[in-house]
Amino acid sequence: MSRRKNVGIWAYSVFVLLPVYWLINMSFKSNEEILGTFSMWPQQFTWANYQVIFTDPSWYNGYFNSIYYVVLNSIITLLVALPAAYAFSRYKFVGDKHLFFWLLTNRMAPPAVFLLPFFQLYSSVGLFDTHIAVALAHCLFSVPLAVWILEGFMSSVPREIDETAFIDGYSFPRFFIRIFLPLISSGIGVTVFFSFMFSWVELLLARTLTSVEAKPIAAIMTRTIGASGVDWGVLAAAGVLTIIPGILVIYFVRNHVAKGFALGRV
Amino acid sequence: MNKTQNNKAWFLVLPVFLLVAFSAIIPLMTVVNYSVQDIFDQNNAYFVGVEWYREVLQDPRLQDSLLRQFMYSGSVLAIEIPLGIAVALMMPTRGAMASLTLIVLAIPLLIPWNVVGTIWQIFARADIGLLGYVINGMGIDYNYANNAVDAWLTVVLMDVWHWTSLIALLCYSGLRAIPDAYYQAARIDRASNWAIFKYIQLPKLKGVLIIGILLRFMDSFMIYTEPFVLTGGGPGNSTTFLSQTLTKMAIGQFDIGPAAAFSMIYFLIVLLVSWLFFTTISQLDKDKTKEISHES
Repeated sequence: MSRRKNVGIWAYSVFVLLPVYWLINMSFKSNEEILGTFSMWPQQFTWANYQVIFTDPSWYNGYFNSIYYVVLNSIITLLVALPAAYAFSRYKFVGDKHLFFWLLTNRMAPPAVFLLPFFQLYSSVGLFDTHIAVALAHCLFSVPLAVWILEGFMSSVPREIDETAFIDGYSFPRFFIRIFLPLISSGIGVTVFFSFMFSWVELLLARTLTSVEAKPIAAIMTRTIGASGVDWGVLAAAGVLTIIPGILVIYFVRNHVAKGFALGRV
Repeated sequence: MNKTQNNKAWFLVLPVFLLVAFSAIIPLMTVVNYSVQDIFDQNNAYFVGVEWYREVLQDPRLQDSLLRQFMYSGSVLAIEIPLGIAVALMMPTRGAMASLTLIVLAIPLLIPWNVVGTIWQIFARADIGLLGYVINGMGIDYNYANNAVDAWLTVVLMDVWHWTSLIALLCYSGLRAIPDAYYQAARIDRASNWAIFKYIQLPKLKGVLIIGILLRFMDSFMIYTEPFVLTGGGPGNSTTFLSQTLTKMAIGQFDIGPAAAFSMIYFLIVLLVSWLFFTTISQLDKDKTKEISHES
């Protein structure tokens, strides 16, 4: 049984990694080699594709733009979702159930629906082509999910802890930061993972809300497709570079994610 | 858990409420507004009632893409859920291998969606891609850019590659939450692997599976970027799904009225299916708890 399991998980890992490997393989080849010969690894290894990206500010600024609005989004999401999740997990209040469901409905809204209105809304308040506009737009999807995840984690912390702390004379903010947050740290890890994930990978809204200043890397990549055909090598190199931040995030939260999903209701 | 009644809790929820209201209610009202008016310019807008809705519902392009969308979401769910559970069951539970598999599985989830499209474009092309090259090498004529069936299969395979990990990770953590005592009891009873799966693991996975299925349904129903990059919706319209039809309509042709009406219908379908699914599941849950309490 155990051997069969091992074979299965190895086979699936290969299935996951093979397309990624192919992308990496392509990123170290010149276009002539990509189109001319077929090989499992680069015959004439070259850094040229990466050089194109690292020497051109209009390329590498795309990475900074993306990382900037993703971090902004994660911070905003955590700041507003933490108190709200606490309220949902500890108190009954007028309209709580409706509000919770309404929040989730926003997670269900297709981004394509919001495309045009978002464009008009952010243009009219003068936020078009800013990082904050993309971060706010992504909050529409990340905040409901964050509240949902955090609420699950918080509900698994016994109420008695809150009550004891208040009796001991802790004020609410002090209790929240000093005692409560450490208790749900894996929940915070999972939440950051999800906010990062959905903001980093989303392109449709990010592309629509930006033109030059805050343009995400994903949108800049389309320029490799020109009149003379596709610049496969640079496209592959840019793709490889977009995978790296994701892998770093997974690496840092890996233990939380394993513990995390199960502890909260998620 | 007993919650205390406290309306002051609204102060804690207020930031979320304001934030989401700003980026949800205002745009949504704009869409509703557009969907019932015929707008020529800023000063010439006429109220047309449900005209656009009627037009959109009778549009064969939309009916086709709606059908394709349901087929697509249905097939990816049918593959990803069982496969995800199987992968979760196979994952090592401790040690360095466990961390490593977690990281490997999570990789597809954190790749920007257009890069996912690019990866598969490069991987599946017959001339430069490993997959396309190998399949053609086996004597099967495969080209996702010309053949509708190939395009369809490639898009589904891409989605399986991209999202099975989410189900697997959710189930994996669900499995970790099962106390060892359950397995020991099963071993004493000499339960088969299948019996352990059916009576211990699957029931415990129900919570995470509900969330997984809901997320996968909602996201596959809104899919835009990946097929757009991979196939551009083609060949013909064979892989044009709802979001792409909608964006084409709203931004390509600037048919704002019908596009807005379409948006509303689109949103309502997602809402309705998710709600139906959620209530059915929680209803089943309630019935089951009732049964158990009757028995005891």
